[in-house]
Amino acid sequence: MKLTTLFLGLCGASALAFAAHAETITIATVNNGDMIRMQKLTDDFKAKNPDIDLQWVTLEENVLRERVTTDIATKGGQYDVMTIGTYEVPIWAKQGWLLPLDKLGADYDTADIIPAIAGGLSADGKLYAAPFYGESSFVMYRKDLMEKAGLTMPDAPTWEFIGEAARKMTDRANDINGVCLRGKAGWGENMAFLTATANSFGARWFDEKWQPQFDQPEWKNALDFYVKLMTDAGPQGASSNGFNENLALFQQGKCGMWIDATVAASFVSDPKASTVADKVGYALAPDNGLGKRGNWLWAWSLGIPAGTQKAEAAQKFVAWATSKGYLDLVASKEGWANVPPGTRTSLYNNAEYQKAAPFAKMTLDSINAADPTKPTVKPVPYVGVQFVAIPEFQGLGTTVGQLFSAALAGQMSVDDALAQAQQVSVREMTKAGYIK
Amino acid sequence: MATRQTRTLARLMMAPSVILLFIWMIVPLAMTLWFSFQNYNLLNPANVSFAGLFNYKFFITDPAFIQSIWNTLVIVVGVLLITVIGGIALALLLDQPIFGQGIVRILIISPFFVMPPVAALVWKNMIMHPGYGVLADINKFFGLRPVDWFAQYPLLSIIIIVAWQWLPFATLIVLTALQSLDEEQKEAAEMDGANFVNRFWYLTLPHLARAITVVILIQTIFLLGVYAEILVTTNGGPGYATTNLAFLIYRTALLGYDIGGASAGGVIAVILANIVAIFLMRAVGRNLDK
Amino acid sequence: MARKVSTQRKWVATIAAWAIAFVIFFPILYTIITSFKTESEAIAGISLIPSGTLENYFEVQSQRDYFKPFMNSVVISVGSTLIALLIAIPSAWSMAFSPTKRTKDVLMWMLSTKMMPAVGVLVPMYLLFRDTGLLDTRLGLTIVLTLINLPIVIWMLYTYFREIPGEILEAARMDGASLFNEIVYVLTPMAVPGIASTLLLNIILAWNEAFWSIRLSAANAAPLTAFIASFSSPQGLFWAKLSAASTLAIAPILIMGWFSQRQLVRGLTFGAVK
Repeated sequence: MKLTTLFLGLCGASALAFAAHAETITIATVNNGDMIRMQKLTDDFKAKNPDIDLQWVTLEENVLRERVTTDIATKGGQYDVMTIGTYEVPIWAKQGWLLPLDKLGADYDTADIIPAIAGGLSADGKLYAAPFYGESSFVMYRKDLMEKAGLTMPDAPTWEFIGEAARKMTDRANDINGVCLRGKAGWGENMAFLTATANSFGARWFDEKWQPQFDQPEWKNALDFYVKLMTDAGPQGASSNGFNENLALFQQGKCGMWIDATVAASFVSDPKASTVADKVGYALAPDNGLGKRGNWLWAWSLGIPAGTQKAEAAQKFVAWATSKGYLDLVASKEGWANVPPGTRTSLYNNAEYQKAAPFAKMTLDSINAADPTKPTVKPVPYVGVQFVAIPEFQGLGTTVGQLFSAALAGQMSVDDALAQAQQVSVREMTKAGYIK
Repeated sequence: MATRQTRTLARLMMAPSVILLFIWMIVPLAMTLWFSFQNYNLLNPANVSFAGLFNYKFFITDPAFIQSIWNTLVIVVGVLLITVIGGIALALLLDQPIFGQGIVRILIISPFFVMPPVAALVWKNMIMHPGYGVLADINKFFGLRPVDWFAQYPLLSIIIIVAWQWLPFATLIVLTALQSLDEEQKEAAEMDGANFVNRFWYLTLPHLARAITVVILIQTIFLLGVYAEILVTTNGGPGYATTNLAFLIYRTALLGYDIGGASAGGVIAVILANIVAIFLMRAVGRNLDK
Repeated sequence: MARKVSTQRKWVATIAAWAIAFVIFFPILYTIITSFKTESEAIAGISLIPSGTLENYFEVQSQRDYFKPFMNSVVISVGSTLIALLIAIPSAWSMAFSPTKRTKDVLMWMLSTKMMPAVGVLVPMYLLFRDTGLLDTRLGLTIVLTLINLPIVIWMLYTYFREIPGEILEAARMDGASLFNEIVYVLTPMAVPGIASTLLLNIILAWNEAFWSIRLSAANAAPLTAFIASFSSPQGLFWAKLSAASTLAIAPILIMGWFSQRQLVRGLTFGAVK
């Protein structure tokens, strides 16, 4: 409490010192469509806060992550607001690198943030980053091809159904693949999908004692299923496909189904870019009847580094960008379909939004079906659905991703890939001191 | 022949570059050496401790380590072969009188102007992608099944992309040297009735030796550190098929944030690079004395 | 150029050269073409005729101002190259004309300073830059790029200087020219083409340096490499926009190459010397 008072005092002092000039805050952000749109709408923020100038650093996801992580860990002080994901928040909060967001204003309505998302961005009951945009994953499928295959997609399919449908929809002669899934190696690429999928097969990365679990039958079932499915019904080049490659394939009508981020729905249903816009249906990510579905949870969020000299201005900006008012602003300027999704319950109760975004309900259901604090069937010592929120995960996840993409490319058997994954995981976890 | 005075002056003139480069070498190297003996994860700064040789041991026993060295060498040798042979061939061609010489030259050297990450993105998605790349379309036109480059020939794909970027450099240096070849000598040889192969082998190639040496040495230094192209295209996969030493260090440093481990990897990379350099100097260095 | 060349041979060489040039240039050509396509055209398979939309360029400019990173690129790459030349010319001169047993080792050692993998030293360098206040400054990036490219500059100049016959310099010396005069009036005019091509090549190298220039900059000093990084691989289709951004980033250096390619290629043709 004392610290906070002192801190506020300092802020007050600096606010006085800078009262004459406009204060410039530097915001590091990812280059996705919603963030770009925000940069164009900042006139509204400027009108409300004439004494705060905004300066943007926009970077692609991987570079952004490197930059902000290096900067915050070395206390480089280059940024006053950082765009970070659900992976970073728990780790950084634990290190005390982020300011708790407790000054967001009276009308901010923290309780309105979707609980699953708020859970992923909080530590010890305090919110450390405000969600700007949230996503889960679900199944997108071609209604016409499903009909042609003589099948009906249930709202909550099983993996068995997906396997059957994918094989029936596949039509190599016409360049139609039953299912498109991620295959490019990387912790945020194929491993995001495979970790979430493995959860629904009852697998987990580590047991309660941080012992890696790739030698367990659940992982074997999951990876076997994935590799066989992709061999029978997946596109060529799958082992180097990520989100964008699959999006391109789906938009050109080359995929029967695609399981990926919910945000993809707004792309595939956009008639300007997609040749199949009017034929897309949505369903929850599949399960195996074990009580967990194969969908993930991610939120791009705005956090404030603890070292910033401009905490007050930064907090004002974060409050503006993640407020209900911002959603209304986007809706009034660009239409409801372009509102950043997945952060506030009130948005999903809005009739106009439901009308503009046919995938709204499915998105909300998917987000609610993911629980980062209890991601797996069996108990685990970590949080995170499609990742494990420990500092070592990016490197380890990428290595395991390389092995699994080799299994997909047919250069390695599933058993070998799992055995090697187990070996490298034990190695890394022992080095990092988790396994005593 | 040179007087004592000019010699002293010559030393003085070298001093700024030597001193600057020495500082530029020694400061990062010392810091890297220091960190390489520490347990230091950037995301866990509270847990810094002395690690002894553990980081080195850990890096060397990485399951990908042996293959990464092999891949590093394959990339260097593969790209050097393509660029040196291709560069000589292109330089010989560009040295001929042709229509629109200026335009052809600029077209051929332009890949050098493209930033590596952009080059990799363009090649991966617009050229090599089996679903919608240009090469796939060409294959389909001939009724062939498109090649899945990054799954079937991952390392070769990387080599092609990198070689495309460096071919202009080799061409340019060789062409420059070629143009300083004495016209009279060339004509004399021609009049002696030496055919093209003989002229090339006994006259042109020896003349180009120093330029080729420079190309090999400078490119090797850059090629040992290739990683942006790998990061954008395959992320080191499938398996460890495209993991080279630089990518392994990248993975340790900027994905694992294991500064101790990455520093150990850096020191190992420097040692290996120096071995390669000594070997190279033995092999081609005498060309510099001529 | 007394060599007589048959027209036939000239045509064969011309066709071969143009064919190869087309293949090598194709990825860039395709990028430029794609920048005039709409996003859905860009992934719709091979087509060399775009719809000619300028939308991508407007979109790119409205997302991020091009001018500031462009100026940063110019200042950093030209600045670092000029400084590197200033340091390198005397150094290469003395190595080329007053060599010792150690010269080759010194040269090799200089090149070996580039062997430290950049990713391995990022954090130490970041700490150093933070403490010296050089983070996100043009000065900081200029210093780094100068030092990174200095060995290459010295090497290239050294090779060019070696081509200059030592006898000419000695003759000048016999005539009583001072060292200063020797460098300014004898060496420099002969070395100008070599210096010019070194200059151009290193501006290109500095322009394209995409590791340090992104990692050590934020909002103020970010050059065009960072501009590109804000358009590559977002979620959603980005080919046409990335192509437009890439074209904008390549264009200045390509145009510079156009105008200077004669110097770039000529390098050493010491007509007078031979």
